[in-house]
Amino acid sequence: MGAESSPKIVIVDESPIRAAILEEGLREAGFTGVVHISEMQSLLARIYALDPDVILIDLENPSRDVLEQMFQVSRAVRRPIAMFVDQSDAASIQASVDAGVSAYIVDGLKKERIKPILDLCISRFNAFAKLQNELDRAKSALEDRKVIDRAKGILMKLKGLTEDEAYVLLRSTAMREKKKIGEIAQSILTASELLK
Amino acid sequence: MTGPLHIGFIPLVDAAALIVAVDKGFAAAEGLDVTLVREVSWSNVRDKLNIGLFDAAHLLAPVAIASSLGLGHVKVPIAAPFNLGLNGNAITVSPALHADIMSEISGDPFDPMATALALARVVAKRRKSGAEPLTFGMTFPFSTHNYQLRFWMAAGGVDPDEDVRLVVLPPPYMVESLASGHVDAFCVGAPWNSVAVDLGVGHILHLVADILVRAVEKVLAVRQDWSEKNPDVVAALVRAAFRAAEFIEQPHNRAEAARILAQPERIGVDAEVIQRTLDGRLKISPDGIMREGNRYLLVGREGAARPDPVQAAWLYAQMVRWGQASISPEALKAAMGVFRPDLYDAALGRQAKPTEPSGAIGAFAGPAFDANDIAGHLAAFKIGHRPS
Repeated sequence: MGAESSPKIVIVDESPIRAAILEEGLREAGFTGVVHISEMQSLLARIYALDPDVILIDLENPSRDVLEQMFQVSRAVRRPIAMFVDQSDAASIQASVDAGVSAYIVDGLKKERIKPILDLCISRFNAFAKLQNELDRAKSALEDRKVIDRAKGILMKLKGLTEDEAYVLLRSTAMREKKKIGEIAQSILTASELLK
Repeated sequence: MTGPLHIGFIPLVDAAALIVAVDKGFAAAEGLDVTLVREVSWSNVRDKLNIGLFDAAHLLAPVAIASSLGLGHVKVPIAAPFNLGLNGNAITVSPALHADIMSEISGDPFDPMATALALARVVAKRRKSGAEPLTFGMTFPFSTHNYQLRFWMAAGGVDPDEDVRLVVLPPPYMVESLASGHVDAFCVGAPWNSVAVDLGVGHILHLVADILVRAVEKVLAVRQDWSEKNPDVVAALVRAAFRAAEFIEQPHNRAEAARILAQPERIGVDAEVIQRTLDGRLKISPDGIMREGNRYLLVGREGAARPDPVQAAWLYAQMVRWGQASISPEALKAAMGVFRPDLYDAALGRQAKPTEPSGAIGAFAGPAFDANDIAGHLAAFKIGHRPS
């Protein structure tokens, strides 16, 4: 690598959306040489062919262990070091594990050049996790609504209630049992299946 | 007695004592509040243990040693007060490689020397015909699987660094990689060998017990400084794991143990496959041939759970043999110091001593292991890394 040129960064991530978010962030920050690998087959051969300066991998990826093979002496390639080897910055190591990302850096790349890459990575991973949570919440809210609507229908039919009365009954039962209204609705659906 | 503990594990049958200790209530009975955290890679387990996100972990024994020596990674001294299992790995080969080895073999196909010599002939033929070198999958550079594969093939004259390719594969990808032809063989723990056989894509060639009579596999690992600050917690953990190991080793408990382990948030494979492993009844070929391996996986019986520093020395010797570590008396001492029979004895007293003497490794090739003369021991092997 030319010491002052933009380091070549490989992102190993099976989530295309997260990789895209990270890649965009890196490009905006002026890191132009970014390659995303989403296919884990022959991972090491691809990495050797790309010869990157920095490798970023999400911690949910079992192929992280494959990368550890790069430390083996028998390989005649540049040997990367793991971010965790440098204990001088415990806070950023902790932050990266919390965010769910790990970095491998080829020996010789200056520390002050790594820091902005890792910081950006951490903030983008956290942003993605937040998005994912919101999406999951929205999805489960939608699921709940469907379940509640069906439970309301059952109550209306069996007990001759209006829609509003059926909802009030669900809600008061949920409060009394200290459960979510969606859970009560689900148990009504289950019970009605069983009693069919 | 203590705050909640977070303990990492990889979904493998040799995490049995740890998982059963928690899910069957042996840990709670010791006053421990344990949350088990399922992990996807050994690197994650190691790093999370190192930085304190985990209080303890199910860990590859060689990773505990490498971490303590600072090999290839940050140096964090580890203490291993309990062996979670001995043996338990197997070497599985593709149907094509199995046929090639069987056509070259002379002698008993369960004899590892016979298969290793046959492998050497297969390798030589492939080289002559210009075929790609064979590729073997294993789980981690610092793994028993790596050393067991190397020990076996080198005994037959195959140089693992020159004649074949060894690649790291995460255990859940092993079977798929064998089926797709990405690898020709692999060495991995349970249940993956049986899964490959059941799917018809592999033959179990050897149980590791064919290669080494007593091979330390996974340990219960804690940071050394943490163990010094929390001796009572360490002792309670050891007792809970020991009770769990005793429970698992009772044949009438195996079905229940297998059900606990099969849970989706634990190992997440069929209970029947897990029970086959615990019972040592293995289907070794897709056409249904069975093999009884009463030493397939030892969870606590025969004193298997008590750490033996000679086993740590043997693993360190393998690191030296294959160029991962340099040889020094200090490193040997540090490696042996990872295995802590003293902590085990302090927790359990004399009740759980092994039935076999220390140092019973029982390798099928080479001289008996001598922890006091590693250089001399390694000199007896033709193939290996020679320090310049």
